[in-house]
Amino acid sequence: MIRKAMDGNMAAAEGARLARVQVVAAYPITPQTPIVEHLASLIAKGRLAARYINVESEHSALCAVIGASLVGARVFTATASAGLALMHEVTGVAAGCRLPIVMPIVNRALPSPWSLWCDHSDSMGERDQGWIQFYAENSQEVLDLVILAYRLAEDKRILLPVNICLDGFFLSHTTEAVLVPEQGEVDAFLPPYCGQNLILDPQEPLAVNVLTGPEIFTEIKYQQKQAMDRVFPVMEEIGLEFARRFGRFYPPFSAEFCEDAEVILVTMGTMSGVARYVVKGLREQGKRVGLLKLRVFRPFPGKEISRVLRKAKAVAVIDRSAGLGSLGPLSLEIKGALYTSGLDEAPMVRSYIAGLGGRDITEETIGQVIEDTFGTLGNPRDEYASKWIDLRKEEC
Amino acid sequence: MASVSKKTSEKDYLCKGLTTCEGCGMELIARKMLQILGPNTIILTPPSCSAILTGISRETGWRVPAFMSNLESVGAYASGIRVGLEVLGRNDIHVVGFAGDGGTVDIGLQALSGAIERGHRFIYVCYDNEAYMNTGIQRSGATTLGAWTTTTPGGKTNQRKDVARMLLAQGIPYLATASVGYINDFANKINKAKSVDGPSYIHVHTPCSTGWRFPAERTIEVARMAVQTGMWVLYEAEEGKVRITRKIRSFKPVEEYLRLQKRFSGITEQVLQELKDYIREGYEFLQEREEKSGK
Repeated sequence: MIRKAMDGNMAAAEGARLARVQVVAAYPITPQTPIVEHLASLIAKGRLAARYINVESEHSALCAVIGASLVGARVFTATASAGLALMHEVTGVAAGCRLPIVMPIVNRALPSPWSLWCDHSDSMGERDQGWIQFYAENSQEVLDLVILAYRLAEDKRILLPVNICLDGFFLSHTTEAVLVPEQGEVDAFLPPYCGQNLILDPQEPLAVNVLTGPEIFTEIKYQQKQAMDRVFPVMEEIGLEFARRFGRFYPPFSAEFCEDAEVILVTMGTMSGVARYVVKGLREQGKRVGLLKLRVFRPFPGKEISRVLRKAKAVAVIDRSAGLGSLGPLSLEIKGALYTSGLDEAPMVRSYIAGLGGRDITEETIGQVIEDTFGTLGNPRDEYASKWIDLRKEEC
Repeated sequence: MASVSKKTSEKDYLCKGLTTCEGCGMELIARKMLQILGPNTIILTPPSCSAILTGISRETGWRVPAFMSNLESVGAYASGIRVGLEVLGRNDIHVVGFAGDGGTVDIGLQALSGAIERGHRFIYVCYDNEAYMNTGIQRSGATTLGAWTTTTPGGKTNQRKDVARMLLAQGIPYLATASVGYINDFANKINKAKSVDGPSYIHVHTPCSTGWRFPAERTIEVARMAVQTGMWVLYEAEEGKVRITRKIRSFKPVEEYLRLQKRFSGITEQVLQELKDYIREGYEFLQEREEKSGK
C-alpha cells in the first residue's frame, strides 16, 4: 500500500484501474471529465488492459457498457448532471438486466438554470431505478468504494449496478492523501469477473430484455427488490473482508456522538466533514448533539437508522437537493423510517435544504441547522415544510 | 427478373409461426439474413416491428441470442457488445442491429453514426417500411413525400431523408441498399457484409401491406415496382466506391408504383412532379458516383 495525493476523480479512476475493468465507455462532462481522461491515458499507455469506447453521448456510454457487460466483460463509466439525466432511460435497463456496472456520479446540479456546481439533484433523480447508491465523503472512500462496489455488484446474491456519488469539485477536485492498495492485494479481494446470469452467447442462445407481459413483470421486479434486500448482509460480509485486507470498514452509515444526543444531524457526502467538525465543537461546549453520516442511500438502511435516531428528541436532515413540491428526499426517507418503526413516540424530523448549485455548506450553515432544531425542542410545530437554511432572502 | 433461390438446405434461425402481419417483408429479410450469417450471431432489435421476432415474455422467435435494445441506441449497444467480445477474445461472432426506419433515420441516427465513426465491426440492417408501423403508421424521416400516414393525414409534405446517402458521405467500409423484392441481391450484400472488417450498413426497402394499404400478397410486387420505377435504387458502396447493382435502362412511370398503394391516393400533380425530380436526381447522383468510382 502506498500513500499518494489525489483528488476524488483520480481516486475513482485509480479504483477502476485496480479493479482491472475491461471496457470503459464514457462521454466527458464537467466535473467528471478528469476520471475519463485519466482512464483513457492509462489505457493508451498500456497501464490498464482495457478498451476505451469514445461514445457520442452519455446515453450511448451506458448502452455501450451494458452491451459489453452482456457478453461478460467488467465495465466502467462515469457521469454527472445532464449526462446522467440523458442516461435515465437506460439506467433502468442496466438494473433490470442485473448487470454489475459501476458508475461514479460526480454530483452536479441539474439544469435549469445551468450550473456546473455540486448538489445531489442528479443522483436523487435515479434513486428508484434499481441501482445501489453510495455517497462518498473523501477520496479514500471513493477509491475503496469502487473496488468494493465491483465485489458487491458481481456477487451472485446481488447482481445490481452501483453508483458511487461524489460531490462535484468539493470532492472531485480536492486533493488529499489516499492509501492506494497494491494490485496483488486488490486481485486477491476481487477475482476476475465471470458473467453468468443474462449472457449473450451463441452457445446458449437467450433473448434478453424482451417485451414482458403483466403475468411475469411483477415477479421480475420483485427479484430486483429481493436482491436489494440482500445488499446489507452481503455488504457486511464483503466489507469485513475488505477491512481485514485493507484496514478500512465501510458500514451503511456511521453514527458519532449519537448515544445520548438530543438532536442528531443527518448528512451525506462532503458536508459530513464540516458537520463533524461543528458537532465536535458543540460537544466540547456540552451540547448534546450527534451526527449520522449516511453512506448507502440505496438500499436505504431505514431499520438500522431508526434504531439510532429514535433515542433523540429531534432529527435535523440536510438535503443537498431541492425536493420541489415536497420535502428534501433524504428527510422523507428518514421520516418514513421512523414512522414505520412501531414506536409510540418518534423524534421530530426537521427538513433543511442547503448547498444547492455549489453553495458551500459552511460551519455557519451547519451551526444554524443545529441551533434551529434545538430551538424547536420545547416548542413543537405543526408544519410540513422544508427550511431553506442558507437562502439569501434579499434575492427572492 | 431475378429468380428466388430454390435452395432448401439453408438452416433457419428464425422460428415459423410468428405474429407478424400477413405479407410482412421484414420477417422475410430477417429469415434470409440469418440463413446467411448462421448461428454465431447476436441480434439487436429496438422496440419496433422486429421486436415481434425477439418475442414476448417467455417466447422468442430467434434461435440466436437477441437483445431488445432501446429505440435510439442500437449502434451504441452494438459497439459495446463488439468491444466486449473482443476483450474476451471471441472474434467469431457477428453482431447485427436489425431496426426499422424510425429507429434508424430518426431517433437512432446519432448512435448509428457514432458506432460507424468508431469503426466497430457490426452489421446494421435497416428494414425500411417508411413509417412507424409498430405503433400504427406514423410518419418517419423515411416516409415518401405525399404519402398518407396517421400523422400526415393530408400527405407528407417533405421529401424522405436519405440516410444511406448520409452514411456514404460519412464514410463506411461497406454500405448497400437492397429490397425485399430482390432477395438474392440482398443475400449477396449480406454475404459481403459478413466479411467486412468494420461497420457495414444495409438499407432494405420493405413494403408494408398494413401501412401502405395494398393487398398482403403483393409485397414483392410493390417492392419490385419501386425499383423498376426508380423510387428505390439498388446499389452498394465498397470503401465508398459506388456500384449500382440493378441498373434500370428505362424507368417505368412512377404512377405505376403509386397506384398499387392507397397511401398515395391523394397526391397532387405538384407532388407527383417532385417525386419524378427526386427519382431523376437520386439516380443521377449514384451514376455520377459510380463513374467517379471507375468501376
